[in-house]
Amino acid sequence: MTQTHQFDAVIVGGGGAGLMAALYASRGVKTAVISKLYPTRSHTGTAQGGIGAALGNLEEDHWEWHAFDTVKGSDYLADQDAVEVLCKEAIDAVYELEHMGLPFDRTPEGKISQRPFGGHTNNDTHKPVRRACHAADRTGHMILQTLYQQCIKNDVKFFDEFHVVDMIMNGDKPCGVIAVELATGELHIFHAKAILYATGGWGKLWEITSNAHTLTGDGTSIVLRRGLPLEDMEFFQFHPTGIYRLGILITEGVRGEGGILFNGKGERFMEKYAPTIKDLASRDVISRAIYLEIREGNGINGKNYVHLDVTPATVNKYLEMAGETRRVTAHDIETKLPDILDFCRVYLGVDPVKEPMPIQPTAHYAMGGIPTNVNAEVIRDAKGNVVPGLYAAGECACVSVHGANRLGTNSLVDLVVFGRRGGVAMADYCKNADFVPLPKNPEKEVAAEIERIRTANGNSKPAELRAKLQKSMFDYVGVFREAKGMKQAVDDIHELQARFAKDLRIDDRGRIFNSDMMEAWELGSLLDLAEVTAMAALERTESRGGHAREDYSKRDDKKWLRHSMSQRDATGKIKINHDKKVVITKYQPKERVY
Amino acid sequence: MEVTLRIQRFNPETDTKPHFESYHLKDVERVDRVLDLLHRVKWEQDGTLTLRRSCAHGVCGSDAMRINGENKLACKALVKDSIKGEKGTIQVEPILGMKVLKDLIVDMEPFFDHYRSVMPYFVNDEPAPEKERLQSQADRERFDQGTKCILCAACTSSCPSFWANGTYVGPAAIVQAHRFIFDTRDKAKRERLAVLSEETGAWRCRTVFNCTSACPRDIPVTQLIAEIKNEIGR
Repeated sequence: MTQTHQFDAVIVGGGGAGLMAALYASRGVKTAVISKLYPTRSHTGTAQGGIGAALGNLEEDHWEWHAFDTVKGSDYLADQDAVEVLCKEAIDAVYELEHMGLPFDRTPEGKISQRPFGGHTNNDTHKPVRRACHAADRTGHMILQTLYQQCIKNDVKFFDEFHVVDMIMNGDKPCGVIAVELATGELHIFHAKAILYATGGWGKLWEITSNAHTLTGDGTSIVLRRGLPLEDMEFFQFHPTGIYRLGILITEGVRGEGGILFNGKGERFMEKYAPTIKDLASRDVISRAIYLEIREGNGINGKNYVHLDVTPATVNKYLEMAGETRRVTAHDIETKLPDILDFCRVYLGVDPVKEPMPIQPTAHYAMGGIPTNVNAEVIRDAKGNVVPGLYAAGECACVSVHGANRLGTNSLVDLVVFGRRGGVAMADYCKNADFVPLPKNPEKEVAAEIERIRTANGNSKPAELRAKLQKSMFDYVGVFREAKGMKQAVDDIHELQARFAKDLRIDDRGRIFNSDMMEAWELGSLLDLAEVTAMAALERTESRGGHAREDYSKRDDKKWLRHSMSQRDATGKIKINHDKKVVITKYQPKERVY
Repeated sequence: MEVTLRIQRFNPETDTKPHFESYHLKDVERVDRVLDLLHRVKWEQDGTLTLRRSCAHGVCGSDAMRINGENKLACKALVKDSIKGEKGTIQVEPILGMKVLKDLIVDMEPFFDHYRSVMPYFVNDEPAPEKERLQSQADRERFDQGTKCILCAACTSSCPSFWANGTYVGPAAIVQAHRFIFDTRDKAKRERLAVLSEETGAWRCRTVFNCTSACPRDIPVTQLIAEIKNEIGR
């Protein structure tokens, strides 16, 4: 039995962006949040180091500096009008979180405490600036908890463990979504005036990732399947410091507190690659440096990892060499980075207070995604024409404020600022809009596909296909790329898509909590996004931010100050255009040196 | 090394009651997580095995389970903590005190009902200042422990008082209340203490310390409950 619900506003995803949007939308109109997880399980909760905002609590800072750092970090691909919105509103957003009770760490005067973070600088001295507002090393956890708490307080309606699998269109107008209730396997139709996707990223495309198992880009994939474009999909961030082999994130806050990267020769190699801010350069810069060091045989014991050292002896030695008066103690490290210490002690048996951590770059964050304007309205073309009633915010969206490489802390800023804008915009829209009627049997198509998966009796298990996909993406569409490898990846993906369509094997034939079936569904989303990512990467014949090509090693501003827009045409082929120009306000592109 | 996973299974569509099944795994590494082994069973041997999980590093709170009789997160329990030699068995069951829906998945709704009952949100209706509300480092530190809670239910489902009577709000809800009661910025202390002083509140805690042992975030849960009892008595 398919049940039908009606809400003015439906928000898909219960992480930071979705909850922020829900808080605002629910003040004005009847709102529901649909999430495949209990909202507190969302990946916002794993963000560690901080949320960037130029509060200037500890030293001089300006939102314009934050904006310049963001633009430079983006390798000049971010749209500067959107970046200005992000950085200006970050300040107010952080105060709003504090007013909601978020337990930020405090300065001796009782203000919100701030720490240095990669790529955040004083624009006069070019030295690191303390801009990341933090709550120990669990800032994302605090944001997620605080927003969820406020949603409880405001009686927001949740559909927990409902997995959205399709968007209902009447002609070219979105008018609802379809979800699987995981506990029963039943389909639910949510008829809505406005829909906001806040479904997060798709780091599970890669073998080594900081991302949760559930980060499979379902919402982004649905938008693609419904014929709309995705923007800048070739840009995916590899965070330089993931725990060796496991990929678990080690926050940039470790380097913010004074941690230093060393190669197998004991050299502080970032001095070579970023002479001014060294270990606090942008993430793409450091990830490439680590790869180059490993390639030259400078990994630890010749292996594919390097060391991150935050032992007080090392930190203090380099602070002294830098002429700084600040010193750290073991107690400081324990109190400022408790979760990092716990991860290393539990998973590695390594105590970071006494010895260095083995780290390698880990797939971390999607800069690209569902294209939106600054009001989180989804746009359908390079001209910026909006899809009425459709919104996206957070990692699944591309505003674009992160361009070719996101600055640390800006993901949290993004989800609060644009989640809020999305919530406000959809409430306004709903007040003046009518429900678009549902087409007849809107669930028919997706119900058939789900049934195909549930009863699939071929030979290819989802886990096998997924592992092959992740390996191909990691080898060929990772930190460094070249045409030959990317073509191989596209071929691999097409082969895996064919096996997914024709030879899938599912064990679980039940309906209640059929996670075998839903994991296969998620694999389908990943395959979509892999195809677009690899193809968009192949088309961009330059190196910029997170997209580093061995065969086109230079940035090419003449040709490529443009966003990619990838769309599946009626025949099923991915078509990519580059008509959308980067918006430049006051920061002219120049060489990017740290 | 070789590990036998002995897993409690229950398929509500075919079974009348739960039973155990064993799965043998070779080439297990000592530092593998129990979650890794559960995934190997699901992905290599039997796709019907059903569990909740997400982040896989102890932050999201999805995968609390009974592992060799103790409540743990499957993603934070390493094989070497359960097996000393080269071979051994690890038993995995759903957490206790909640209805089993399928295999290792339990009904979390009663848990979240208790959570919601203690007003687990910041209350301060005074006009907010233009910037942040100031708070001293010492005042911030006062409620730090409770802010670590990830709502995994390892504590509540290890509590004999909760097993005996599911109307008890349980340790997790009390930890959540504590986080706000001792926050100098919050204004609803009295209302929360009123909830916790009821028959189903903090007095049901018999200081067994199971919750403290079970907490994957090392929150001194029993101590926080004791502080609530003191606060009620004031």
